[in-house]
Amino acid sequence: MPLLHRLARIGHAAIAFTLDGVPCEGRAGDTLLTAILRHGERLRESEFSASPRAGFCQMGACQDCWVQCEDGERLRACTTPLVEGMRIVTRQRTQP
Amino acid sequence: MTERGNPLIVGAGPAGIRAAQALAAAGLRPVVVDEGQRCGGQIYRQPLVADGRDARQRYGSEVAKAMDLHRAFEGLVARIDYRPQSLVWNLRDGVADIMRDGRNDRIAYDGLILATGATDRVLPIPGWTLPGVFTLGGAQIALKAQGCAIGTDVVFVGSGPLLYLVAWQYLKAGISVAAVLDAAPRSAKLNLWRGLPLAPDIVLRGIRMAAELKLSGTALHFGVTDVRIEGAARVEHISWRSRGRDHGIDCDGIGYGLNLRSETQLADLAGCAFRYDMRDRAHLPLRDVTGRSSAAGIYLAGDGARIAGADAAERAGERAALALLEDRGLTHDAARAAKLERELQRIDRFRDVLETAFPFPAHWADGIADDTLLCRCEEITAGEARQAIGNFSLYEVNRLKAVSRVGMGRCQGRVCGTAAAELMTRETGRDIACVGRLRAQPPVKPIPFALCLREPTNEGQHESAH
Repeated sequence: MPLLHRLARIGHAAIAFTLDGVPCEGRAGDTLLTAILRHGERLRESEFSASPRAGFCQMGACQDCWVQCEDGERLRACTTPLVEGMRIVTRQRTQP
Repeated sequence: MTERGNPLIVGAGPAGIRAAQALAAAGLRPVVVDEGQRCGGQIYRQPLVADGRDARQRYGSEVAKAMDLHRAFEGLVARIDYRPQSLVWNLRDGVADIMRDGRNDRIAYDGLILATGATDRVLPIPGWTLPGVFTLGGAQIALKAQGCAIGTDVVFVGSGPLLYLVAWQYLKAGISVAAVLDAAPRSAKLNLWRGLPLAPDIVLRGIRMAAELKLSGTALHFGVTDVRIEGAARVEHISWRSRGRDHGIDCDGIGYGLNLRSETQLADLAGCAFRYDMRDRAHLPLRDVTGRSSAAGIYLAGDGARIAGADAAERAGERAALALLEDRGLTHDAARAAKLERELQRIDRFRDVLETAFPFPAHWADGIADDTLLCRCEEITAGEARQAIGNFSLYEVNRLKAVSRVGMGRCQGRVCGTAAAELMTRETGRDIACVGRLRAQPPVKPIPFALCLREPTNEGQHESAH
């Protein structure tokens, strides 16, 4: 079950992105954090214990919501607007 | 005076907006740098796009203040150098490094007003890193700015006016609020009556919110201790002790906070002197009633200097701007300045009352279990921090940081700094005022490595993309 539940912007324009390779849809006006947590229960796994994390402060202070894109770029999910075509990975990958 | 440089304002919340307004009215063209996409700060935050809800639904009783601030700032944009979605990550000797879109601008400023705001203060509790646990501020932003609830069956826990405000906002949005767990004893709320003559509207509104929560069937518990959040991969359950008994309830979202803590990193980098503040139980930059800091040309306003709320922030922002004008030898309205100071002092007296009604539960730090994570970034447990303190005979938080990495991670101690100090005072027996404060280091928030390698540019000039 998703972590966040949408009460507004339900009919706003869809924005396509992928989450761990799976096609997903956000809504215009979503932050990346909102878009991901509307579909999943985590944003990332912690570096040391691989425990699931899903942000905390939502105002750019705690830095717990940095997510990784498939190309390796890192984005702070709570302050980054969702953009069409983002490809996000939330599970730790073994380095190539 | 035309040969003098422009002042820099950091933050476009209530304090930054009013400061910018006063400087622009005097003919200056301040640079206003703000991390947000739109003005308003966190309290009067605006959504990224229109979402069908009107301002009254979004800001409730504060709608007039929010709309007035937003309108005032929109009217200013042509007369100031406004830089949204931008981070001041370093300040030194009248020069600021500002990151926007992965690019760095280095600008010189003449006069600095810091209106950096605040974030939720927390102490570690078991399970607090589980998905579904957000700060009270985070839970409010999800609802207000993103139109999302953090769960369908939500519990709010902690201390502070925000505890009841956010719970009530969720209730009004149609979300089931399973419980409000207040760290303070019920008797603490009796102090609110002393605040009635100072701010009757606020006190009565708060009482009404608590009453509506109670009438809706939300369980209100007071004097809560031993809070524990449980779940396999996300929040499933919360347990606690109150009135000598163990309690527990299932839930799928938790909002947690213990009032607020000031964002002081930039004041530190700017060279402001700090002192320990008993009311906020934190080291804060020194500031007088005009907003002047210990450093010439540097002014502090709003919750970033000391927690006093949005109404105080508006007044402190304007007052600090008037001090800047005066120090620059420009005309300023002394009568207006005196009026703002009187209002600030009144709000400050009310703040003293609020602190007794919504006290910080320092006793929650007494029994932090060894296996509870103290530092979310570097994943250091309370036990590891205790061990470091004991093994190396540490008595100061920066030594703890150097030895254990507590406060060295991405958040730079914003989240764990309170707990590190509380733990240190308990392990060493030293007074909380004497265990030090985590010194700020640039960058105050993460920036890409690539940014540091690029040559800085001069004021107002973006370097060419390569």
